[in-house]
Amino acid sequence: MSLFINITLDGVSSGMIFAALALALVLIFRATKIINFAQGAMAMMTTFLASSLLAQGLGYWWAFVAALAIGFVLGALVERVLIRPLKGKSELNPVVVTIGLLVVLEGIAGVIYGNASRGFPAAYSQSGLTVGRSKIAFSHFDVFIVVAVLVLMIAILVLFRATTLGLRMRASAFAGEIARLLGVRVGMLLTLGWALAGVAGSLAGLLVAPTSSFSPYYMDLVLVYAFTAAVIGGLESPVGALIGGLITGLCISYVGGYLGSGLQPLGALVLLMVALMARPEGIFARHSVRRV
Amino acid sequence: MRQQGPPRHSLDNTSWLRRFRLPTQPLLRHLILALCGAGILYLVTSSLSPYNDYEIGEIALYVIALAGLSLLTGMNGQISLGNGAFMAVGAYTMALLMTHTQMNFIVELLAAIGAAAAMGLVIGIPATRLKGPYLAGMTLLFALALPPIADKWSTTFGGDQGLTTTVPNAPGNINPEEWLAWIQIIGALITLVLLANLIQSRFGRSFRAVRDDEIAASVAGIHVGRTKVLAFVISAGCAGLAGGFLGLSTGVVNTGEFPLTLSIQLLAAMVLGGTGSLMGMWWGAVLLVYLSQWSTSLSGYFNLGSGASAYLATIIFGVVLIVVMIAAPTGIQGGLRWTWRRILGLLFRQPAVIHPASGLPDDRVPIYQSDER
Amino acid sequence: MRYSNRTSIGRWTSTFVAGAMGVALAVTVLAPSAGASGSSAPGVTSNTISIGATVPLTGPAAPGYDEIAPAMNAVFDWVNAHGGVNGRKIHYTYLDDGYNPANTATLTRKLVLQDTVFADVGSLGTPTQTAVQAFLNSEKVPQLFIESGCNCWSNPKYPESFGWQPPYTVEGKILGAYIKANFAGKKVGYLTQDDEFGQDFIKGLDMELPSASVVSRQTYDAATLAGPLSNQVAALKSAGAQVVALATIPAATALAMLPAAAIGYQPQYVISNVGADAPTVGPLLSSFTQKGGGTAAQAQAAAGLLNGAITDSYFAPESEVSNPWVQVEKKLLVDYAPSLYAKSGLDGNTQYGIALGYTFIQALQAAGKNLTRSGLLTAIAKSGMNFVTPGFVPLSYSSSVHYGFQGAQVIKLSSTAPPAVTPTGSWIGGTAVSPVEMTNVGSGPVTKYTGKISTPPKKLVSTS
Repeated sequence: MSLFINITLDGVSSGMIFAALALALVLIFRATKIINFAQGAMAMMTTFLASSLLAQGLGYWWAFVAALAIGFVLGALVERVLIRPLKGKSELNPVVVTIGLLVVLEGIAGVIYGNASRGFPAAYSQSGLTVGRSKIAFSHFDVFIVVAVLVLMIAILVLFRATTLGLRMRASAFAGEIARLLGVRVGMLLTLGWALAGVAGSLAGLLVAPTSSFSPYYMDLVLVYAFTAAVIGGLESPVGALIGGLITGLCISYVGGYLGSGLQPLGALVLLMVALMARPEGIFARHSVRRV
Repeated sequence: MRQQGPPRHSLDNTSWLRRFRLPTQPLLRHLILALCGAGILYLVTSSLSPYNDYEIGEIALYVIALAGLSLLTGMNGQISLGNGAFMAVGAYTMALLMTHTQMNFIVELLAAIGAAAAMGLVIGIPATRLKGPYLAGMTLLFALALPPIADKWSTTFGGDQGLTTTVPNAPGNINPEEWLAWIQIIGALITLVLLANLIQSRFGRSFRAVRDDEIAASVAGIHVGRTKVLAFVISAGCAGLAGGFLGLSTGVVNTGEFPLTLSIQLLAAMVLGGTGSLMGMWWGAVLLVYLSQWSTSLSGYFNLGSGASAYLATIIFGVVLIVVMIAAPTGIQGGLRWTWRRILGLLFRQPAVIHPASGLPDDRVPIYQSDER
Repeated sequence: MRYSNRTSIGRWTSTFVAGAMGVALAVTVLAPSAGASGSSAPGVTSNTISIGATVPLTGPAAPGYDEIAPAMNAVFDWVNAHGGVNGRKIHYTYLDDGYNPANTATLTRKLVLQDTVFADVGSLGTPTQTAVQAFLNSEKVPQLFIESGCNCWSNPKYPESFGWQPPYTVEGKILGAYIKANFAGKKVGYLTQDDEFGQDFIKGLDMELPSASVVSRQTYDAATLAGPLSNQVAALKSAGAQVVALATIPAATALAMLPAAAIGYQPQYVISNVGADAPTVGPLLSSFTQKGGGTAAQAQAAAGLLNGAITDSYFAPESEVSNPWVQVEKKLLVDYAPSLYAKSGLDGNTQYGIALGYTFIQALQAAGKNLTRSGLLTAIAKSGMNFVTPGFVPLSYSSSVHYGFQGAQVIKLSSTAPPAVTPTGSWIGGTAVSPVEMTNVGSGPVTKYTGKISTPPKKLVSTS
């Protein structure tokens, strides 16, 4: 029984991290209908920069905030420099450009930081909480992961639902031309979508690093699972990203715990296929309309 | 528009160029092209070193995989990030037959195609309901999920050491690299001829019809689901043959040959070559085989130490992907076609009818290259 | 590090080593060659030898392993600076295969068919090197000192292939025998990589341990290793394993220890050599600290987790700074690979590369002036046992055995032992807890090695 509980708790904390990166993918997909394959590599880059700042003696929280800020700028830059020129081209072009960006960023990190293994500190103790007599697989840091991702999620929802800026963002994503006619600066808002995604991705990077082998490639598999989570959740819905992340996290945790870690991707594939067979555009997709 | 060109009876000495036309009958036309290609490649392989032959063989095998992907994505509008896994299915099928049976080599290759195609059916049926990024997500996970299965049952699949493959003995005293290259080139040419004919057949038209508008296609009596599954099966079959050939080139089949990056590189190379084109796949394959080598030797000029210059090579690879996509959005083949038409247009003062965004002639613009988003 | 059987060499000083090294090369190691005979072997001229290798320099498999080939190259630069072997300077080309066998196949053909190397030396990996084993053997190109502990390198079918490091089964047997002798009656759990590495290691453990004592066998998949191995650790804990044997790469060692510490699970760890290099594992474990806390605190946290862990080593570890081999190795890196030394320092991987490069130099010398591929193989089979290397035990090469070292010493990582100091910090050192032991991949017993432990060549001493 304690095994089951520990596996479940582990699934929850990794699921929240998938949710954060899935949220980044969702923000970008809502804004520009693009899957950003470089999202994980961008997060890797900002986390490495944070680690450089830490090595310079900067306090943890300053480095943390700096990483989020750099993520914001990096997201905006990528949209302006690489994505904007592809407007009106085939939808495959952004796919290849983001793959190219992924390769470039991993290469840059490799040149600057090399392959030497290093650690990245956690915000709070990773020692499990004590419940009754035994420690469970859920630490202060895991609590922080859950809280941080929920705060981000709520902030994004409030932005979209309760502010005029959010309304404009939704309008420019949903009907760009009409929004433009109404005086909304659509281009600016698409950039803002990418920038916010950069923040969400950076958060995921900072949360994953302490519990992984921190190298230029440490976000690759996280991105695949986050993509799974985003697709299950419907690619357009922040809440879907959260639920998708949790489902994916729990699924691969159970498969890993009871069937072996090599079958985790297969477990995720089966989960995705079942979910998409039930709802081909994700669980939280809006009522889908077929264009004729 | 054609009337605006120079008069047809002109004795201008370049006009015969324009008059020259290959036979219009598709099979004949494609066979002639394939034979010309074979002739050129024969001259090339017999004059180059064994190592160059080996590389040409690798190019040929990637052409097969890319052509299948080009059919699936360019002609039928389905994105697959999982064709590397279909290659693994083909490679393991061939290697298992080589290990446990004494079958004919051709039969083993056909079995590789068949097994991969069958896996394509399994993945293709659920895929028919999915679009764009959803399909990309599912196939990406498929590419990640399949190889660890071979590790899990290592007694069957050989684990790390993998399963050994053997190339049939070369006739005469042809060196083994040239012989292997020829097996792969012949495989590639046969595949291209079959696919080129398929594209111009009734099936090809229904692929494109489904890609352009599923509802209109079904109104026209095309079974949309069946058409999409067929495209998936053909694409997987091509990947299966390419996988078998990769197993022959490598000498063993093990899971390390089919990482997630293989599937991603296939898609990138296909788009770079020119989505939907078959000829463009040669460019894509050349880039797959040579780009990392070129960038490694290029990065050697910067004195960064081995580790850093190895990473510099990956940076160059990524930069090429980005630059080509921004500078030549329709890939290399599209860019060349655009340039060629520009040259013809200048020569004959005949404005070619070119789609502005894609550089393709208006009647050949695939939906992915249209303005529609 | 205080090894009971090695105190006699503790008085050697680094100044001595520094001076002696060059002399040894000039005087004994490299007989000067007045007009080396015009050897017609591929890749060999009267004044050069070209050799090549494929190793991962980029990609997820590269961390740590990317230091080995540059460290080997430092040995060759050192030799070249002193005139080369028999007047021939060594050109070493190592290419990045990213640990993908398809790339290995292509690049190895490039080395052999296009660059015409004399031999493939120090290429890394089981899946990658099995892919080219048949090709290299059919081309009669020596495939020397493969960086893998697979049991597959000593195969009469492949006379050109030679392993080097102890086979994983040998390590498993030595560590298994230690567990049986010192943790009798305790429940044992395994956590291993689900490939040849893990399976061969388990083979060794199972030969020594009673099967009833093994309560849980967990595995992980290297290709899909992303986050902590929490599930496997939870399973080991709930099975009540008191001793956990790890056949893990360094990243996986850390990813197993972190979640175990988080749930307060503190088994006795027994870690294969591959996954126990403190300067490699330590930085990963330092994540266990909160909010940075400075490098000292990080190293301490790592030391806390690794303290008491059992592992094995087949050459003197970097923390034993007074060992003459360690001094030679350090001097060599400082002089001939300063950027590598600044980045990685002397750690398990750079030591490995130096020891392997040194072995190859010994082989070249044994092959003599008239260098041919078959002559080199004959020399290794004939006199490989007498090569002077940093290894504790002699290489076991013969015409029928193509494994390298088949012995090791069991070591306990301890926070009271002198630490290993590298550019990334000061990491926990180890103390020998067993004599040097030998065995083989078959059913042979684990026995105490009674021979001499090598020191840098004797003549090196007398000529200084």
